[in-house]
Amino acid sequence: MNLNGKVPPGPLAEKWTQYRSTMPLVAPNNKRRIEIIIVGTGLAGSSAAATLGELGYQVKVFTFHDSPRRAHSIAAQGGINAAKNYQNDGDSVFRLFYDTIKGGDYRSREANVHRLAEVSRTIIDQAVAQGVPFAREYGGLLANRSFGGVQVSRTFYARGQTGQQLLLGAYQSLSRQISLGNVKLYNRHEMLDLVQVDGKARGIIARNLITGELERHGAHCVVLCTGGYGNVFYLSTNAMMSNVSAAWRAVRRGALMANPCFTQIHPTCIPVSGDYQSKLTLMSESLRNDGRVWVPKKEADAKDIREGRRRGDDIPEADRDYFLERRYPAFGNLVPRDVASRAAKSVCDEGLGVAPTGLAVFLDFDDAIMRYGASAANNQNIDNPSPARIRELGDAVIREKYGNLFEMYEKITGEDPYKTPMKIYPAVHYTMGGLWVDYNLETNIPGLFAAGEANFSDHGANRLGASALMQGLADGYFVLPYTIGDFLSKDIRTPMMDTNTEPFQAAEQAVKERITSLLGVQGSQSVESFHRRLGHIMWDYCGMSRDEAGLKKALQMIRDLQAEFYSDVFVPGTNEEYNPELEKALRVADFMEQGELMIVDALDREESCGGHFREEYQTEDGEALRRDDEYAYVAAWAYPARGQEPILHKEELLFENVELKTRSYK
Amino acid sequence: MKLTLKIWRQASPQGKGTFQTYQMDNVTEHMSFLEMLDVLNEDLLLKKEEPVVFESDCREGICGTCSMVINGHPHGHMQRTTTCQLHMRHFKDGETITIEPFRAKAFPVLKDLAVDRSAFDKIIQAGGYISINTGQAQDANAIPIEKEQSSMAMDAAECIGCGACVAACPNASAMLFVSAKVSHLALVPQGQVEADRRVQHMVAAMDDEGFGMCSNITACEAECPKGISVTNIARLNREFLGSELGSQVKG
Repeated sequence: MNLNGKVPPGPLAEKWTQYRSTMPLVAPNNKRRIEIIIVGTGLAGSSAAATLGELGYQVKVFTFHDSPRRAHSIAAQGGINAAKNYQNDGDSVFRLFYDTIKGGDYRSREANVHRLAEVSRTIIDQAVAQGVPFAREYGGLLANRSFGGVQVSRTFYARGQTGQQLLLGAYQSLSRQISLGNVKLYNRHEMLDLVQVDGKARGIIARNLITGELERHGAHCVVLCTGGYGNVFYLSTNAMMSNVSAAWRAVRRGALMANPCFTQIHPTCIPVSGDYQSKLTLMSESLRNDGRVWVPKKEADAKDIREGRRRGDDIPEADRDYFLERRYPAFGNLVPRDVASRAAKSVCDEGLGVAPTGLAVFLDFDDAIMRYGASAANNQNIDNPSPARIRELGDAVIREKYGNLFEMYEKITGEDPYKTPMKIYPAVHYTMGGLWVDYNLETNIPGLFAAGEANFSDHGANRLGASALMQGLADGYFVLPYTIGDFLSKDIRTPMMDTNTEPFQAAEQAVKERITSLLGVQGSQSVESFHRRLGHIMWDYCGMSRDEAGLKKALQMIRDLQAEFYSDVFVPGTNEEYNPELEKALRVADFMEQGELMIVDALDREESCGGHFREEYQTEDGEALRRDDEYAYVAAWAYPARGQEPILHKEELLFENVELKTRSYK
Repeated sequence: MKLTLKIWRQASPQGKGTFQTYQMDNVTEHMSFLEMLDVLNEDLLLKKEEPVVFESDCREGICGTCSMVINGHPHGHMQRTTTCQLHMRHFKDGETITIEPFRAKAFPVLKDLAVDRSAFDKIIQAGGYISINTGQAQDANAIPIEKEQSSMAMDAAECIGCGACVAACPNASAMLFVSAKVSHLALVPQGQVEADRRVQHMVAAMDDEGFGMCSNITACEAECPKGISVTNIARLNREFLGSELGSQVKG
């Protein structure tokens, strides 16, 4: 298949403006006659649905949640990047573009990333106009903080709840369009198949999760804003219901899944504590602004901590190894996520981990508390403050900055992070891979679009902190509403879809059969137990580091697990009712196939880059060894059917504006 | 830990529910409350029984999906904690725990512990927004907002829309939820233009959806997992009165 990224001509900085100014438009009278289906109501889906509704299209938006506001974008904590340069620290569109390309280890498409950096600025304007209460300075202007992998402060935030506030902004705009009748909301509906008519995406089959009824919905085009697939690993920071099924069903209908092995392991999560664990909780990357990451220098000290004889604060300064500051003096604790995660894994592999499982490092705020405390004392004209008073003042500053995160940590672990350092360990957080899309965010299936985390386009092999919110909203507010016109302008004569046609009937029948077969197995093991086992395989062999032998072993394990699933899973109840176990079974079946494809992709990519670290390809000091001559491509996979080998299609990445360098944060 | 669970089981919205009793003897204190229910469901599935339906998603206290009333308290007895953030270390060995759905006319039970809260979406659709189309905004820093003022707006905006306030209220009033959104938008300058219209439409929608009246009991504030203050209700009342008296906008 010829993969054409459809990058418009012209100089990098002018591509988007020129393209936008010359692309075909759909006239208002025609927009009223065009229907668009949007699946998912996170940042990308809600913002796209609201904006397309404002433009006059007839929009139908689907979410499996009870309300659009519950989408997992809501859990993003730290912030959103934008090249506003409000801090006068040398930021610019080009710098944000460059940081993102470099942070992604040179595996993303230049033109898409530059466009993202360009529109980042208008996102902040839009959000503020919606009433999003971003943090502010005393002068009333917007505050910023810095995030990993960059040397400027360009991150806007709303306490530790930035995702929540941005999603509520988009949800409110969406609600307005719903009330105006431009958007119709289908809540508690899950997309179970994509329908194509004459090779174009023209509808979906959705299951009403309360009644179990299968519904056919037609439209002129379909947009998937269905998030990432991190829950392939079972334990991740994703929400319980986050899943790959909508995207995966599109893949089974011919869409390509790009770079599936690029998964982000976030360095600062609360460590695993037991077998019953259902998910992992992220501690925002913003904490690395003030927290220092360390482990004891001596194995004996680490052992004492693991076995509860000593605590972190008992270890004297000289016996601590601040390993990020030591290894990466230029960026210190603010190295990108992939680098920080691997460093934490390597010290734990050396036996220096500090949790009973051996898998945790400290994130320590003591220095920051005392530094802020001294500054506050000075500010308040307190002479000769006692250390206790300084600590008290410092605690207050930290509480204002990170209070809700500290509270969350205390609730989960029962430990007070103001007094004793946090324990953290990397966990699966985000997936850079996703549906292959061109510059228009259109997949290889005409009329099928993908936005937000569901597509692969902007983050390469590693996403920088505070860039997921930026991309979701860029796609939904400022990119897709324009680029979708390129497809729709050729479709203005197409009437509303008749869903009583063969393609819709056949797709509905296929879904029915899938459901019937899962309910019919009546085996002895729960869906959850299969999901957990899948997660173990993925984490052990396709997690923070990968090698050929392990990946090959894992591939076989997953195929065996699939066979066992289809012969021994137990799904209770019927289709014709509210049946969460059936929902899970359908999702886990798709996770297993996606997991298989991730392993195939990881085997194919014989290099280390970003979140993909192959043991065989590393430098002498253990850093990732990229192989640009052979692997500077997007791997876009077709997966025609279970049991058939996936087929690789390549999109070569051309770098005309940045020089490919070895990423260094030293 | 060993526990006795009395859980509300109801097959469908029309079905008649009852409490059923379950014994748990393998609970550890590090589990979250929902993980404890996961373990119960795994046991039920192994016995080929129907698992207990309950809702949850983010499991970190921000999405507002989890609900349920635990020993009479929405989200359990811990202050400022959602059910998903509640851990078993706060319960005693041998304890009997009663678990039931949020109960309110406007939140019909769907199955077991899951309820339909789409009435909240209807209230937001009635006016809980600022009418601005994408692309119309001026530069973000063109609207300075005093830091404390912005912080107060953020306090109100922290509402997660879980509905615990309704479940806590003997009248099943949604005043805390509605007032949080009205306050968030009334406290920022961008929200002023539509303030009168907004409060009138949202209050009318709240009444239409079948929520009860507020009689200043303030159980909503006590049970709110995000600590939303009843000061917001006072602000809502002031906004509402002001919109009736001083404005030409009628609901």
